[in-house]
Amino acid sequence: MSDKGLPATFENPGLPPHIHRAADDDPRAAKRAERQVAALFTLSIIGTLGFIVSYFAVPNDTTVFIPFIGKTILLNILLGVTLAVSLLGIGFGAVHWAKTLMSDEEVIEERHPIASSDEDRAKAVGILNAGAEQAQLKRRPILKATGATAMGLFALPLGVQLAGSMGNPTKALEESKETIWDVPEGGKPIRLVRDVERTPIKASDVAIGSVFHILPETIKDSKHVLADKAKAAVLLMRLHPSSFANDSLGEKAKSWGYEGIVAYSKICTHVGCPVGLYEQQTHHLLCPCHQSTFDVTRDCNVIFGPAKRALPQLKITVDDEGYLVAPQGFAEPVGPSYWERKK
Amino acid sequence: MNALAARRRHPAAIALLLVLGLALVGAAYSLFAPKPAQAAATAVSADAINEGRQLFLSNCASCHGLSAEGTKSGPTLIGVGAASVDFQVGTGRMPLSAPNVQAPRGERVMYDEKQIAAMAAYVASLAPGPAIPDEKVSSGEGGDAALGGELFRVNCAMCHNVSGAGGALTRGKYAPPVQGVEGKYIVEAMLTGPQSMPVFDDKNINEEGKASIVNYLKTFESQPNVGGMNLGNLGPVSEGLFIWIFGLALMIGTAFWLGQKAA
Repeated sequence: MSDKGLPATFENPGLPPHIHRAADDDPRAAKRAERQVAALFTLSIIGTLGFIVSYFAVPNDTTVFIPFIGKTILLNILLGVTLAVSLLGIGFGAVHWAKTLMSDEEVIEERHPIASSDEDRAKAVGILNAGAEQAQLKRRPILKATGATAMGLFALPLGVQLAGSMGNPTKALEESKETIWDVPEGGKPIRLVRDVERTPIKASDVAIGSVFHILPETIKDSKHVLADKAKAAVLLMRLHPSSFANDSLGEKAKSWGYEGIVAYSKICTHVGCPVGLYEQQTHHLLCPCHQSTFDVTRDCNVIFGPAKRALPQLKITVDDEGYLVAPQGFAEPVGPSYWERKK
Repeated sequence: MNALAARRRHPAAIALLLVLGLALVGAAYSLFAPKPAQAAATAVSADAINEGRQLFLSNCASCHGLSAEGTKSGPTLIGVGAASVDFQVGTGRMPLSAPNVQAPRGERVMYDEKQIAAMAAYVASLAPGPAIPDEKVSSGEGGDAALGGELFRVNCAMCHNVSGAGGALTRGKYAPPVQGVEGKYIVEAMLTGPQSMPVFDDKNINEEGKASIVNYLKTFESQPNVGGMNLGNLGPVSEGLFIWIFGLALMIGTAFWLGQKAA
């Protein structure tokens, strides 16, 4: 590229010539614009009054059929539409006013230096020094030291509360491994109960291809039902024993179950959503949040999606009366991975 | 008679008359109303089974085998019960129009009620299986909508969506919407576990629970859309699509209008 043909300096092209709008030149157009803006403001007034009238006049249980929406509450529709008209009328009116009638001549506003004059700055420093002198800051340094320390420490209680609310980091790790399925040394096995009805389940009640949503019987003694349930929710499925994979994983799943009935933690190992979509023909268990898919025939190993670990299995058997029980808690922590975890 | 005539303008007369009329109509209805559920359940005639067998041989046997033992193209129907036939044929899923990952709900049902009942009777005669549910359960009457809602959210909502709008499964399979579906078919699907769906028999969710679930769904359907357009009750997907298309278009249009010089 040669610089031939380029001028030595560029001229400032200046602003393009100003083009007048219709309303600037034609009084009839200006009048029309004025009427349009006034109409928009009037519309807003009508909307506001309509809102107040419908708020008091329309009962809140009257329903109305509206195409594309279906049966809906009349009052909500009226309040929404009138409020929209009220606000949009002001907004559109103001914009239309500015665009058609307010001056749109280009104006150049020169910048001025941001700093104050030297005289003003010297004066301000003088005022500060005089104030410090009057407060006797220089003569009484102990006040300066204790005052500054008090101000600095004042923020600490907030920080302590914030740190304290996060709990004890070493204990939290241990607690994450505990669920209310855990059976104390020599304790009685815990019965499996239905999530809603909280009734125990006989092994003979579980048909092949069926799914039960399970909680431990101990949930009835729980003091923090939601917190405990969030870790103890279990999905129980019954497969035909021949459906399990013919490998070590399939054998393990079968041996921890009872005659093809297997129980797995419902808490996804990805970020802890409840895994519950069980396809009874493919034996795939799907998480609704990020589509992690677990293969029930191979010990709920991950076959698709972002989950990294298999769902923890709950070892189950039956008691003397034929009810399903869990003789021990989960062998590994349930739920999402965390950084201290080796596996 | 005079005493009665004198009191006919009494304020209570009209109320009394209404109560009498209602009682009369109710009594008459219970006398003459058909009782399809019990009739079908108790009196399955040999004729019906025979007719069902003929229908089965000419319409279903090519996939399900001549004696319903199943073939490569279709599963065995021995032991699936009358409920399964009533669900699959009654909702138009069977006969299958084309092989696919799952049988979609049919636009039209190929057989009339009598024919479906005959086929159901034939399949039920092969081996015991779930029967067509009682009217008491499938109507949802007497169910508790609050209990049904809790049961639905725990057992059904992860696949069928909390409002019963349905949802996706793996590899093109899906859980169909259960809004606007007859209570009978909802209960039959729970009893038989069609296609990908697990079985929720009476040992799992008892009859009261099933009636409550139907009651919940019917209650949900009859409620107005409080928040206006529900966009299929599909949650963030349809709502996001709506706001990206219409909300963003509105904002871009407004920005364009703001920046434009008036004529």
